[in-house]
Order: sequence, then structure tokens, then C-alpha cells
Amino acid sequence: MLEIKNLHARIAEDGTEIIRGLNLTVKPGEVAAIMGPNGSGKSTLSYILSGREDYEVTEGDILYNGESILELDPAERASKGIFLAFQYPVEIPGVATMQFLKIAMNEQRKARGEEELTTPDFMRRVKEAAGELKIDPAMLRRPLNVGFSGGEKKRAEILQMALLEPKLCILDETDSGLDIDALKIVADGVNALKSPDRAVIVITHYQRLLEYIVPDSVHVLYKGQVIRSGSKDLALELEANGYADIIGEAA
Amino acid sequence: MNIQTTKRMTAAEVALVEAYTEQVGDLPGDASVTSTRDRLLDDIKNTGLPTRRVESWHYTDLRTLLRSVPAPVAAAPSLETIAPLVDGSKVLPVLQGSASASASVEGVEVSSFADALLSGAAASGLMALDRDDAIGKINGSLVRDGYALAVPAGAEIETPIELQALHGAGQVHTRFPAVFGAGSKATIIERHRSATGEAALVSSISDVTLEDGADVVWVIMQEQGADDTHLGQIRVRFGADAKLKLFVVNAGGKLVRQELRIDVEGEGSELTLRGVNLLGHETHTDVTLVLGHNVPHTNSTEIIRNVVFDRARGVFQGMIRVAPDAQKTDAKMACNTLLLTDDGEFSVKPELEIFADDVICGHGATVADIDDNHLYYLKSRGIPENKARAMLVNAFVAEVVEELEDEKLVEALESVISAWLEKHA
Repeated sequence: MLEIKNLHARIAEDGTEIIRGLNLTVKPGEVAAIMGPNGSGKSTLSYILSGREDYEVTEGDILYNGESILELDPAERASKGIFLAFQYPVEIPGVATMQFLKIAMNEQRKARGEEELTTPDFMRRVKEAAGELKIDPAMLRRPLNVGFSGGEKKRAEILQMALLEPKLCILDETDSGLDIDALKIVADGVNALKSPDRAVIVITHYQRLLEYIVPDSVHVLYKGQVIRSGSKDLALELEANGYADIIGEAA
Repeated sequence: MNIQTTKRMTAAEVALVEAYTEQVGDLPGDASVTSTRDRLLDDIKNTGLPTRRVESWHYTDLRTLLRSVPAPVAAAPSLETIAPLVDGSKVLPVLQGSASASASVEGVEVSSFADALLSGAAASGLMALDRDDAIGKINGSLVRDGYALAVPAGAEIETPIELQALHGAGQVHTRFPAVFGAGSKATIIERHRSATGEAALVSSISDVTLEDGADVVWVIMQEQGADDTHLGQIRVRFGADAKLKLFVVNAGGKLVRQELRIDVEGEGSELTLRGVNLLGHETHTDVTLVLGHNVPHTNSTEIIRNVVFDRARGVFQGMIRVAPDAQKTDAKMACNTLLLTDDGEFSVKPELEIFADDVICGHGATVADIDDNHLYYLKSRGIPENKARAMLVNAFVAEVVEELEDEKLVEALESVISAWLEKHA
């Protein structure tokens, strides 16, 4: 589903290289965890996958379902099924949450040549998904993410993911700032989306989230490269011993 | 100002004087009105239109910007009223500057301003506010009609009243004196709109008095044509405990100056001013506020939001004067601009003149482009760039519109705004 080949990327503004020859393959149905110390390039990788224009790919390629997506803008990638749940979702005053959800869903449908949703159909879907994520309907009447607590923002991200039904879900530190109850709700939301034709990339610092969203593979990112890949046991090893050993081996 | 008397008159100045001399026998008014008109016109002849040397006109050099003035059209074009901005409003039509003789609103005294001119009752109000009040002078010398409204004390007028000023080519000079009696409530929508798109010069003055405890929403919706000059002014006097929500939307016109001259003279009164300026093409739009907090214990907030496309230029001048004994004044002013092109321009001149020592007064101004993080977020959800931009521009102004609370009014304004943005984005 996703094939990252020898990817090199830098910050467009100052040319700082962040991703330095990264290789990663994720298959349909797979849950892949990406771990690594601060500054290893985890969030940058998620931004690059989503098409953020602040980064430049200088070498290598990203293939999604066999096709390069480097030339696609974020909206085109989204309508092809790539979704990034942000670590820090932005607050957008003046944009009503419900209006935003409806426009996003319908724009993606339009881009795929599907019929737009009717208002009742849209309302029903939102109500269902929000109920499962225990989202207070009052929250949905506010402007997008404005005044949401950290936990509410993360839940709102998962709500968007549930409604947009992407094929490749990237969760960037979705566990940060969540208490254990919220973490379970969010994890249940992600697990409910698991399917044979959908892949999930979970970026996290901690083993904790992986107890609830169990990965099929774990990849350690360091200085913009995957320096070690393994099974879910690798996450346990990291939790026990830290990154020092693995980094030492790679060096 | 002796120097100005020797200046050659501009084409626009000549046209204004000619418009007056041609119509002089025909403009309504008794002897006192006519002599006031004469004096105002002499003033225009002698000092000319204001230039950038006049401080309050520094950013809108009317003498240079007003290149031409269309002649008044003798035979009024046949115009028809349109649907009101807010569904169910009572429409008082002003077609090509003429009020309808049969217009009435239940519970409100409505008369034509021409009658007040003919009887001479309007004479004292025709004087300009000060030496630099060019709009007062032009309008005072040439005004023909409008409506005088009086809402009786204690009356609560539920239905919004729309002053629907439509025009074709030529000149239109209107006035709307309105008195809101003690404890009365009403919503007025003052709507200026070109019906034909042909060039016109429009001047319009609303003269608003809020008696004690009156609670009024006043909306100015300016949607003039691409070649129109619109010179608007609203004068407001506040009684004690009176409340005014004044909402100004500029969404049209080639050369626009909208003056807000507000005197807060009643303790416990409250002004909420919100402005939205949608500026595109090669246009010039100026909103100038002169607000006097003249007595203690009064509040005001002013928020102006501007969206600038193309080569448009905008101006906001906000002067707040707090008189020496106006203690406990609370006044906050903000002017935020979304500048969407390199060729657009917006000038902001906030001025606080505070003579009292126990007050809270503040002002802030920002100028920015669309936030890239916001744009990226929307795009990352599959919303294409153009649509995402339009959403963010809309959001920028929607924030202040939503403060109006009246849902139908909010919806009506939002639909004007999104229609404008769709055309310009």
C-alpha cells in the first residue's frame, strides 16, 4: 500500500535535511508503529506523507498503491485516502465544525466521482461516529477545534478519520495529552477502522498506546532513517531499555 | 484656507456647483432651507473638496479621487423595489432618491424628508458638523428626500425596517433622521444599492437619536455599483442607558467614504460597532469613526474586519475622544485586515484622545495574509486550495457577523458576504 524508497527531504525554508534515506513498506491491513527519540523525524515524515509544502523531497520516492504521490497536493492525497491525525490540530475560528466536516466529506466524494451526501445522511453519520467516540454534541457546534481541550482535539481528529474513511491512516502522537480513559476511547475508534484494505501508521513515543492499538510491525526512526524494524516485541524492548542500545548498534 | 480660494476648481467641483445651480428652483425647501443650501454650496465653491492636507481626509484625498460627478438625471429611471435583505422586513423604498408618499410602518411615524425641507423643519439639521464635513456640505446643499422616522417611547417594533435606497445613473442625495423614543426597540437596515450599474454619485446622511433606554440595531449595507461614488454618514446621539448595535458592511462602490460620527451623551449607554469591508478591483473605501465618550460610565467596542483583493485600497480611521469628566469609560477598538494581494493596501489610523484618568481604552490593528497552517489543515482533509481559501476568508468576517445574534440577520449578511467572495476570490 505504501512504499517509501530512499527518501531524502529537507525543510524548504532553510534547507535543513530531516529525512535522510528512509525506507519503509506498509501493506494493506497492516498496523505499523513508528517510534524514535525526539528529533528523529517522525512528525516530519507524517507531514511529508500528507503533502505539507514546508518540506521538499530531494531524493527518493513515495509510492501509494504503486503510484508516486510526490506531485500531489494535500487535498489530492486526502481524496485518494491518505489521512493524518495531527499531534496539534489547529484552531480555526469562524469555521463551524459541522460545516467543515460536511465540506471535507463532500469534496472528497466529488474528487472521487461519488455523489455528495444529503444533509440527513451526513447528520446521521456524524451522530453515529460522534456517539461512539463519546463526543459531546455541543463540541460540534463550536468553531473547528476552538476552545477544545487537548483530549477533545484528539477525539475530533479520530472523528474526522472515521467520517472520511481513509485507506492510509497516520496517527501522529495521538496519545500525547490523553488520559487513560480518553486513550481507550481513541484506540477503540482506531481499532474499529481496522480492515484488510486499510493500513494504519502509528507514530508514538510510548509503548502505552501500542497496548491498545497492537502493531504488526515496529520501526525505529533515528536521524531520518529507519534503523531497525521488528515485531511488536521491539516496542517492549525499547520501553525496557530505551533507544541507546539500538542507536549504538546502528552507529 | 485662503490659498484654496485661488485654486482652479476640479471637474467634480464644477459639476457639483452646476448640479446645484441647475436644480436650484426645484430642490425642496422653504426660505431658511434654501439659504442654508446656498451657504453650504458657497462653502464648497470657496474651499473646494478636501485634499490630503485636511487631516481627516488625509488618506482619502477627495479632491483627487473624485474625478467626475455625473449630472443629475432629470427623468428618474423606472426602478422597482427588490426583496428585502431580511425576509419579512417592512420596506421603505427610496428610488432614485425619492421617498414613497404612501410608505408607512405600523407603530412608527414615517414622513418624507422632503416635507421637512418644504416646511423648514429640516433647516437647522442641514448645517455641516464642522469645517471639514464635506459630506455634510454636499448632502446639505443637494438633498431632496428620504424618510424621517420616529419610534414612539416604549414601542417595540419587531419587524425590521429596511430603508431601501436604489438608484440608476445620476445623483442621489438622501437623508434619514430617526428618533427612537425612550425605551423603544427597533432594527433598521439602511441599504444602498445600484439597480442598473450606471455611474452615480450618492450622498446619504442618517441622523439618529436614541432617547433614554432605547435599544436599536442599525445595519448599513452598502452594495453600490462598480462606478459609483458613495458618501455616507451616520450621526448618532445617545441618551442614558441606550444601546446601539451598529453594523456596517461595505461590499461595493468605486469610491466610498462612510463616516460614523457618534456622541455618547447618556450615562450607562453602550455602543457595539462592527464593520466588514470587502474590497476588490481598483476601488477606494474609507470608514471614518469619530466617537465621543462625553459622560461617565459608558461602554463601546469597535471591531472592523477588512478583506482586500486585487488593487483595492482601504482606510479605517478610528478616533475615540474621552471627555475630562467621562470617568469609567470602557472602549476597545480593533481593526483586522486580511490582505490577499501584493497590490492591495489598507491604512489604519487609530487615535485615542483621553482626557479622563479612570478609563479603560485600547486599540489594536493587525494585517495578515491567510494563515498557512489553517490552509494546510483544510487541504489535508481533502478541501481544494480555492475552496479552503474561500472558507478561511469567510471565517475571518463571519466571526464578527455572528455577534449580531439575530439569526435571520446573520444569515442575510452572511449570504451577501459569501456571494461577494464567490465573485471576487
